[in-house]
Amino acid sequence: MEGQYSDQVMEHFRNPRNVGEIPDADGIGNVGNPVCGDIMRLYIKVDPATETIIDAKFKTFGCGAAIATSSMVTELVKGKTIEEALKVSNHAVAEALGGLPKIKMHCSVLAEQALTGAINDYLKKHGKPVVDKKFKDAH
Amino acid sequence: MRLVYLDNNATTRMREEVLEAMMPYCKDVYGNASSIHRFGRQARVAVDKARQEVASLLGASSPEEIIFTSGGTEADNFAIKGAVHAMRKKGNHIITSSIEHSAVLNSMKALEKDGYKITYLPVDGYGLINPNDVKKAITDSTVLISIMYANNEVGTIEPIEKMGEIAKERGVYFHTDAVQAVGKVTFQAKDLPVDILSMSAHKIYGPKGVGAIYIKKSTKVDTIMHGGHQEMGRRAGTENVPGIVGLGRAAEFAKKEAQEEPKRLCELRDYLYKNIAQAIPDTRLNGEPEKRLPNTLNIGFKYLEGESIMLNMDMEGIAVSTGSACTSGTLEPSHVLTAMGIDAGDAQGSIRFSLGRDNTKKDIDYVLKVLPPIIQRLRDMSPLYEKGK
Repeated sequence: MEGQYSDQVMEHFRNPRNVGEIPDADGIGNVGNPVCGDIMRLYIKVDPATETIIDAKFKTFGCGAAIATSSMVTELVKGKTIEEALKVSNHAVAEALGGLPKIKMHCSVLAEQALTGAINDYLKKHGKPVVDKKFKDAH
Repeated sequence: MRLVYLDNNATTRMREEVLEAMMPYCKDVYGNASSIHRFGRQARVAVDKARQEVASLLGASSPEEIIFTSGGTEADNFAIKGAVHAMRKKGNHIITSSIEHSAVLNSMKALEKDGYKITYLPVDGYGLINPNDVKKAITDSTVLISIMYANNEVGTIEPIEKMGEIAKERGVYFHTDAVQAVGKVTFQAKDLPVDILSMSAHKIYGPKGVGAIYIKKSTKVDTIMHGGHQEMGRRAGTENVPGIVGLGRAAEFAKKEAQEEPKRLCELRDYLYKNIAQAIPDTRLNGEPEKRLPNTLNIGFKYLEGESIMLNMDMEGIAVSTGSACTSGTLEPSHVLTAMGIDAGDAQGSIRFSLGRDNTKKDIDYVLKVLPPIIQRLRDMSPLYEKGK
């Protein structure tokens, strides 16, 4: 039904994975603003030898979908290389959650933006060229 | 799991007595109230009785001032569109407020497209409209002032009498959307400087799909529903006899309990607020602290977004609603809280608790047990919270 959350969204909302901060994070992505009702901060820990994301955590201010997509995106990228993680799209996040109500799709875009932001933060710190992803306006 | 319904401003559970009163009219007494034969006459008697009950609850001078509608939304549409249509030769200016229910606001927007000029009055930090703003906004072409009796989101009760007096002095019709006020605030329509008033049955433990409009004698309001001669020729359509009977019975109880029940709800509500404010830091009360519907409590929880609070409470069996309208198809913070000047971030984390006759102190104690850990858990998840630590 339109406007209703899937069981997977509710499950991740109820028991969000990877909540918290990584004090010595290698990359941090910050997106959103309180006016729109969502703020995500995503932390990643990267193994420099293999460029693999070995840990990911988040803090989110937002609705059920914002929390569920934050939880899901951190789950999806853990163990992936930077290159692989950059291919995780907002649709992949939404799909892994069994879909999102149309009006909440922007939360999955925010999750992808937060991830890209964290990766770019890591790349910048290591003197590497950042990726320039085009996002549809999340709001 | 204990279920606690604290969303009585959205709708209420119908009283058993109301359902019982309606049943015969769903089954045996099925006549059309406009028919002359005995089947019709039986229905007519019931509709007339209900009209008297509603007239008595609202304090109308006579039952003829009451017209049944399909609910509060139709009553608002009828009041606004009917009044300005009747007055169209006088002018095209309407005054309303920025915190009205969407039934009023969207009626205004529709009229704006038809060439009407609308003034949306601001409110203060409590959600109060300043009667002087009404005075200043009136022009020679003003034909209607429509201000809600009490706000549905924060419960603030507006200075209806003062604004109505101003309207009366200037010979402008005054309509009030009293959907939330009826049954919670006592008034006598005949003593109020109010020409038109709308109400709904399902907010006072009656059935959904039925409401009423009070039109003071000699007030000109054109019909907007054209058809047969029902409702004294003012609102066409075969009467919803079971619904009307239900509304009448609900009105009877609302009148009987008009003194005691609001007092009881007010005490419960204040108990809820006092304990939330004590147990949870960084909260704010939205709405006028005193001049407020006795059952309504709107609280802002800093660093949080309302839907996540609401869903967590729902998992614990508690039904509340968000001030953020997040679930109702828009992502913007509530237009009411925004008009009150509340910062967008703070407005997002607002929750409305609206109590009703089923609620007991045990319900409130359950909320007080469940809510603080929910807020803490969500705050621990919020990137905004650290600043406040």
